This record gives sequence, C-alpha cells and structure tokens, in this order.
Amino acid sequence: MSYVEIDPGAFPPEVRALYGIGASEEAAVTLSNCSRRGFLKTTALAAGSVFVLGITSVRRAEGAAALPEGLTDAAFRPNVFVALDADGTVWLVNSRAEMGQGTKTGMIATLADEMDADWARVRPVQAEGHERYGPQSTGGSTSVRLYWQDWRKAGATARAMLVSAAAATWAVSEAECETVMHAVRHRPTGRVLGYGELAAKAATLPVPTEPRLKDRSEWRYIGKPLHGVDNRAIASGKAVFGADVRLPGMKYAVVARPPVLGGSARSFDDSAARAVPGVVDVFELPRYQGAPGNQALGGFAVVATNTWAAMKGRDALRIVWDPGPNAVYSSDTYKDVLLESVAKPGRVERDQGDVDAAFAGAARTVEATYTTAMLSHAQLEPPATVAWLKPDGSAEMWCSTQNPQSARTLAAEAFGIPKESLTLHMTLMGGAFGRKGLLDFAPEAALVAKRVDGPVCVQWTREDDMRHGYYHPPAAQYLKAGIDAGGKVTAWLHRSSYPAIGATFTEGELYGGTQGSKEVLFAVPNLRVENGPAPAHVRIGWLRSVMAVHHGFGIGAFVGELAHALGKDQVEMWLELLGPDRTVTELFTNGRGPYGEPIATHPIDSGRMRRVIELAAEMAGWGRRLPAGHGMGVAAHYSFWGYAAFVVHASVEGTRVRVHRVDASIDCGTVVNPDRVRAQQEGAVVFSLSHALYGEVLARDGAVTTGNYDEFRLLALKDTPETHVHIVESTAPPGGVGEPGIPPMMPALTNAVLAATGRPVRELPIRLG
Amino acid sequence: MPRYQLTVNGAERSVDAPADMPLLWVLRDLLDLTGTKYGCGQALCGACTVHLDGEAVRSCDTTVADAAGRSVVTIEGLSEAADHPLQQAWDELDVAQCGYCQAGHIMEAAAWLQRTPNPTREDVDRLQSDVLCRCGTYERIRAGILRAAENRR
Repeated sequence: MSYVEIDPGAFPPEVRALYGIGASEEAAVTLSNCSRRGFLKTTALAAGSVFVLGITSVRRAEGAAALPEGLTDAAFRPNVFVALDADGTVWLVNSRAEMGQGTKTGMIATLADEMDADWARVRPVQAEGHERYGPQSTGGSTSVRLYWQDWRKAGATARAMLVSAAAATWAVSEAECETVMHAVRHRPTGRVLGYGELAAKAATLPVPTEPRLKDRSEWRYIGKPLHGVDNRAIASGKAVFGADVRLPGMKYAVVARPPVLGGSARSFDDSAARAVPGVVDVFELPRYQGAPGNQALGGFAVVATNTWAAMKGRDALRIVWDPGPNAVYSSDTYKDVLLESVAKPGRVERDQGDVDAAFAGAARTVEATYTTAMLSHAQLEPPATVAWLKPDGSAEMWCSTQNPQSARTLAAEAFGIPKESLTLHMTLMGGAFGRKGLLDFAPEAALVAKRVDGPVCVQWTREDDMRHGYYHPPAAQYLKAGIDAGGKVTAWLHRSSYPAIGATFTEGELYGGTQGSKEVLFAVPNLRVENGPAPAHVRIGWLRSVMAVHHGFGIGAFVGELAHALGKDQVEMWLELLGPDRTVTELFTNGRGPYGEPIATHPIDSGRMRRVIELAAEMAGWGRRLPAGHGMGVAAHYSFWGYAAFVVHASVEGTRVRVHRVDASIDCGTVVNPDRVRAQQEGAVVFSLSHALYGEVLARDGAVTTGNYDEFRLLALKDTPETHVHIVESTAPPGGVGEPGIPPMMPALTNAVLAATGRPVRELPIRLG
Repeated sequence: MPRYQLTVNGAERSVDAPADMPLLWVLRDLLDLTGTKYGCGQALCGACTVHLDGEAVRSCDTTVADAAGRSVVTIEGLSEAADHPLQQAWDELDVAQCGYCQAGHIMEAAAWLQRTPNPTREDVDRLQSDVLCRCGTYERIRAGILRAAENRR
C-alpha cells in the first residue's frame, strides 16, 4: 500500500515557485505548541462561529454571528474546524475523541481535502470538550458515518471563500478561478495567490451556505492511505494520555471503591494509610444515588505526592464493607438464571410470518443454546484523569474520554461550578472500546480534586478497572431453525437473555434488547427475535460492537451448525439464507433502519453481505484441501452500517485451538483512510480471539474476582494469526469501521473448530475436551 | 527517605524514594518521564518496559533500589531525534492504533534487535514477546521490527 506523501510534483509549477517547494517541510506537530493553540482557542471563542481566517481577520470576526446554514441540521453545530494563518499554515481541528480508531487523522484529512490544503502545511489540533464543536460523543462507529459530510462542508466553505477572495483581488469572475493545492489560480492568466495571502480578504466575505463539494475524482487524501498524525509522538513517548499531564505541585490519588456494586463502608480506619510516607490526605467520597449510571462509585480517596505512595496508602486502609443486595451475584450460578430465561418465550422484538406454525410443519428442526462470558474492556490505559479546581472557582481537566461534553457536565456538577467554568481538555485515549464513554471516572476525579489544593491525577489501577468496570454482559442464547423436506430453512427463532445496559441507568431494567440479533438479513419467511429478562448486579456497559458481540456469535455459530446438520458447505449455507439480493425493507420502521439509517440513502442490501462473504471466501482459498485437524469457518454480520465477513483457518491439537490465518472482508461504503479500515479489522481479529479463547470476568458474592491480565488474558503476539483484510470498493455513504468486524470473528473461529473437529462450540470462552 | 542515584537517558539523576518504589513511578512521577506507561503493575503487560543496563525490563516490578547505580533508558531516550529504526518503522507502517502500549513494544524490540541484529522473517514470527496490545497491532509490530532491521542494514 502506498501512502499519501507530499509529492512536489503534485503542485503546479506556479505554486511550487510561489512556495519555494523543494525544501522539506517539517510537518511534526504536537499538542504542546501552546502559543498556537492559545491563539486558536481565543479566536474560536471570539468568533463563536464559522472558521477563522488570518490573524487580522480574527478581530473582524468578533461579534460576527454568521452560522453556516449548511450545517444547521443539528440543533447547534458551530463550525470552528478550520483556521488559516497569513503565512499559509492551516490549523484543522479534530473534534472527535481519538482512541486508536484513527478518526483524528480521518477528520483532518477530510477537512484538508475539501479545502484543497497542502498536507505539509496542516497543523492538527485536538478540540476541547465543548458544545461549540457539535456532537463529540465518540462511539457506535459514528464519527465518519454521521459527520463526514459536515467535515467536508467545513473544508469546502473555506475553499469557496478563498476562491472568492482571489477573484475579488484580481477583479475577475470566480468561474475563472480554481484551487490548486493551497493556492488559487486564475485559469486564463495562470496567476496564483497562496492561501495565506488570501486569508485576510477571505475573512471579510460572506459565508456560502452550500459550498460545492469536490467530486470524488478530485480528492487528494480521502480514500488514500494516510499516516496517522500522532505516529511520531506515539513512537517517541511524547503523546499525551490521561495520566501524562504534569503540573507544578500535582498530587496523585487512588480510590478504594466498594467491592460490591452499591456496597458501603461499615467501618473505616485510615491511621496506617496516613502514616505511609508521601500520603497527604485520605477522605471519603459520596456514593452514587439511584441507578449508578455515570456517577462515581463512592469509597475512599488516598492522595499522595506520587502514585506509588497513594497505592501503598490505599493498601493500608482498613475498611469493612457492607456488600448490600448485589452480594447474591456469582458468575457460575448466574449462568443458570440466563439459561432459564432463554428456555421460556421472551419479549418479541421482530416477528415475520408464523414461526410456530412453521416449526410445527417442519420436516426437521435444529436447535442450540449458547453461553458467553462477561467481558472487560481491558484497554491498556485504565481510567486516569488530571483535575484541578483553582482558587478563582474555575477548573481544568485533562480527560481520557470518549464523551467529553458529558464528562464536562458531570465533573462541573461534582465540582459544584457552572459548566462554563470548567475547561476540559481531551487527551489521547490509551484504548477505550466503550469504557471511556462510561463516565464514572470524570465526576470522581472532580470529587477528589475538590478536596485537594492544586492539581491531582486520579489513577485507576488495572484491578480497579477490571473489578469496577461496566461489563459486557454474560449472555445465553437459544436458536432454533425449521427445515422443510427440501432441506430449506423456513423458520428462524433467536432468543437471547443478558443483563441490560439500561439497568446501569434505570434501576430494575430487565431487558437488554436485540441489537445484533434483530438485524439478521436472512430471507427466511418465518422469523422471530426475542429477548428474555435478566437482572443486573454489576454495571453493564457498551463494549465495541455492543450486543452484536454475542448476538453475532449466536447467529454465526448457529449458521455453522445448520450447515453441519444439513451437510452443506458453510459458504453455501450463508448465501442460501441470504437469498437473492434485495433491500431488507423489513428492518426499517418509518424509513429508519436499526442504526438510524435512512432507507432512502442507506438501504440495507443483502447483496453487499453476499459480496463480502464471497470475497472473504475467495481470498482465503475456501474449499481447498486442509490437513487433518484443520478447518475453515466463515461468518458474516451487519452492524453499524457495515457489512463484514471473516474466514478463519484454524486447527485443533488436543484441547488447543491454533489460528493460522484470517481473511477479513468489509464493505463500509466510502472509505476515508483505507489504512485505518485495515487496522481496525486486524484489531478486530485480535480483540475477538482474546474473548473467544480466554475472555471471562468472574464474580463471587457480588464482587468481581478477576483482577489483572493473568486472569483476563489477552492474545499475545506469538498467537496472532496472519491476517488479510479485503476492503470492498464502494461509493455508498460511509459506514461503520471500528465495530462491524467484531461480530463475525468469533463465530468464524468456532465454525472453523466445528469444521476441524465435527463438534460445535456452544460456550465461550472455548473449552475443548 | 533514602536517596538513589541512577543514570536515566544518559543523565545522572538523584531521587528520594522508598526502596520498594517501582522504577515505573520513579520515572513517571518523580522524573516526569511519562512515555513509560502503567498498564498492570504486575509485569503482565509490558507497557512499562525500559532498558536497564541494556536489558529490557518491566519497570513496574523493578524497584528503585534495584535500578540504583545503573543505566536506565526510556522511550524518550531511545534515540536523539526519535529516529531509531524502530521508531521510523512504526511511523512508516502505521503500527500504532491507540499507541499506549507501543513504547513497551518498541523498547522490548529494541533490546531484542541488539541481540538479534539480522532477524529473518521466521525469527520475528517466533518472537515470544509478551508485551500486550488490546487494539491488536501485533501483525504490524512484527512487520515493524522486520522493517527496522532492514532499514538499519
């Protein structure tokens, strides 16, 4: 794959002369360039709208209230994404949260492309958590799929105004002018003016409401692999994550939280903790009220001059906990609760045809029950936040979060200050996978900082995060198919039960829903999807792909079992179930699909699913002869506007599963940065293999006992299979990238094990023998 | 509080710390070298890997007393201008996703490359590194190590 490089040949000769191109440009930019960031922050606030062009223009922009009308389909969406200096430097803002998915580079590249900016002159800027940037909550594979057009418009607005400025300067028609990489050229005369030279003039012009977007053929960066803007900072240790901010006099804190959700302290003695050298304070934190939601869990904070002293101080606390009602929860007995739930009819969430009649009239039925374990996000960076309540009543936070605006609101409430008084800086996240969109750590850091003189870094340990997480729920699933005399599947029942995310936010919620099970694209005439009740005793949260993690497994593994039972090839089985290419209209209600997609622009197309299956199978060499004990498995799933199919080649030696190769194919519509699409599928393989082979969070008497990576194992380098990613070329609107690859991976693996051994896998993590 | 002398990235440093304080927290909290990451605290993940007298060690289970009088190199000191062949390869191949564990992988690989200066593809495939990555960048880590070895030749 060849990356976009700044090729001097890409510039027309006039522009090369203008900029003296040939000399290398230093493109490295880090967050530490404070004077520039300060400038941008000030100007963005002052302008309160649109984008800012040039230092002189900033003053003129003050008081200007022009909102670009092209971006008003959201309730409030200021466009503060682009700034241009008189020297031609372009500051492009990533407003989304970066957790490794690559959105930061994608957003900046999109802005740069539509602006026709020279990548070497682009300076990436990370936004703060603030409503002026529009929606910033980053999860659900939303960034490119929901906001890409807005980024394009933001860039195109800049380009259009620069063209107007040049035309006005030359007193020529705009139609005679075009942008040619960081400059505007007057076509008839060949005159050029650089963007920097045009900045002041452009700032005086009206903002176009519908700037022309580039045609695909004009894109310079979109659709081509781009290097990550933080690559160098990461490889040199300079990238700033949640715990990496250092401020004069900063303290460090850890919190002893109730081991059982909702528990409280019966007795407490901190005398030994206070005697630990370096410990400066110990105090109790208020416990959450009602459903835990995004509230802090309570407990006791230990503040010290360094993290180690805080941890040792915490070890020295003597606390007797009252566990409260959730002490009934143990993971081994809870599995029976789930199995009982799926043995009974549940709440019907999709119903077509007459499933019961079809089962009654079927020549044969196939059924299977699957269980999957509770999972932790286990991102390498546990929550860590630097918070600082200043003497003047304002506050500042550096937060590793997927949802900076809500984190700001919650932290401001915890501080007891107006939100406007809190500046929330977004750091890079050391992995998140949903954990950092669940926000207990933000108000908790504020509650600690409130009691500390000066800044404090509130660090969660690995055990803290694993034992006080928002877990992917353990699940049971029951699937049943009816098959007619001709061997065709005529009925499909999918029933699942697992504790609900809803219970984290609303006490007593019992139903987790059917995300990932409902949107099966099969052309089976009689089809019902049900969800059974399950009480939650720990906080349940969203983990990358959310309920499609286990639902995708249930569907995929059951298709493998159907193929096996009917003596069919797995690929043929998938294609037969999908039926002829069609728009799966039954998934749309009032024109909206399961992930909010409008049917007019985003029809769910079973043909796209067929193609990813065929592509993965072809690239994997499906059907080729394999040694004894080896097998290939395939599975596919639609989620978050993305179609993904994975083929796994695995072998079984005794009780050990070895994965040799994975072929991942994805159709996620228009691609901004194919290298990151690839990386996300490579990551989906490893992420899912960890779960399928080892992933299990255990609880006893209400407390999570699994504490560290020795108990929640992750796949290691030596066990990582060769992975090939195949991206379907598409001009469809962009779909999800980070999540769609997760649901098909685990069942592709278990289907490979089924092919290798003849035995289905019905429990995850896999236990053979 | 005892005082310890150690060489960090070529500079003599002196820290006041209890003998059992892990080098990780000495680096991060006493010396403000935050490139070395905390991931597990039990030498299970390798995110905190640094070089101690040239050997890759987990700084979370190396005490300051163990490190005293010895030479510590962190990711910040691996190269003068962030241009170690591994750092260059990491950029060229876009190895990182979130990036949090990558200092650990780079430091582990740098020590390994010292011992195995001309690795073959098979050598890299057999690499038993137990530095963890949750984003799943392992395939690119292997490619990055190989690229670094090639770039150096």
